[in-house]
Amino acid sequence: MTGTAIWAGVAAIVITATTGDVLQARAMKEIGDLGAIRKSQGILEIARRVLINPWFLSGLFFMALAFFSLLVTLSWEDVSIVGPASASLTFIANALAARLFLKERVDHRRWLAALFVAGGVVLLAH
Amino acid sequence: MTFRKYLILAAVAVFASCGDVCLARGMRDFGAVTAANWHQLFGIVLNPWVLTGIGLLLLFFGSYLTALSWADLTFVLPATALSYVLMALLAGLLLHENVTFSRWLGIALVTVGVGSVASGPAVTPTTLPKWEPRDPETRISKSAGSDA
Repeated sequence: MTGTAIWAGVAAIVITATTGDVLQARAMKEIGDLGAIRKSQGILEIARRVLINPWFLSGLFFMALAFFSLLVTLSWEDVSIVGPASASLTFIANALAARLFLKERVDHRRWLAALFVAGGVVLLAH
Repeated sequence: MTFRKYLILAAVAVFASCGDVCLARGMRDFGAVTAANWHQLFGIVLNPWVLTGIGLLLLFFGSYLTALSWADLTFVLPATALSYVLMALLAGLLLHENVTFSRWLGIALVTVGVGSVASGPAVTPTTLPKWEPRDPETRISKSAGSDA
């Protein structure tokens, strides 16, 4: 498989994984503190709220797409390249997407954390 | 951040790494997936290692969603990245994979990243609306009200 196809595969993993993460984070932000809901309304209410939340369900769909793109890309290239490349780029893409779509305040501390972790993940895979 | 919340973040990292290591151990029993044997993959879910791995990953997903319910995504992801460190150490101990110098360097980088974010605030003020599940009765009364 050509280099372009492999990087397109990695890009597909990063985009779908980030979309899934952001949608799920948005779902949980809107549902609110699960600890508080469990105390007042019980664990079944948590399951109900999560499972009927449209953001959560679309997040699951994108997570499934990410898993599928990972499987396909892994059939073209070694896990030692695809794994760390997609995991570390997903960390950085998530920081960008959380800032844009979740309006999180990504300060220097969080950017540094994302970059350090992304670099560390690449090294860990060697 | 309460002690209980730190426990949940730790649970995310521990369940994720133990779950992945169990899956990796189970897939060793299967061997390499090829075009000839891929359909036998469905049988691997009965492997005790794979079953344990799936159970642990479900626990991971539950604790991950719990963390996201009170913390930012840009906090939860780096704060639980210790799972990568745990995975490298577990793979060295249990699966006898080699922990090389560059892996130790990676462990150091991830730890610095985790430390820097975990000492900061878990959540930033958000402008997103609170989402409440609509129950049929209020929806009917609301639409009836708007018609009037």
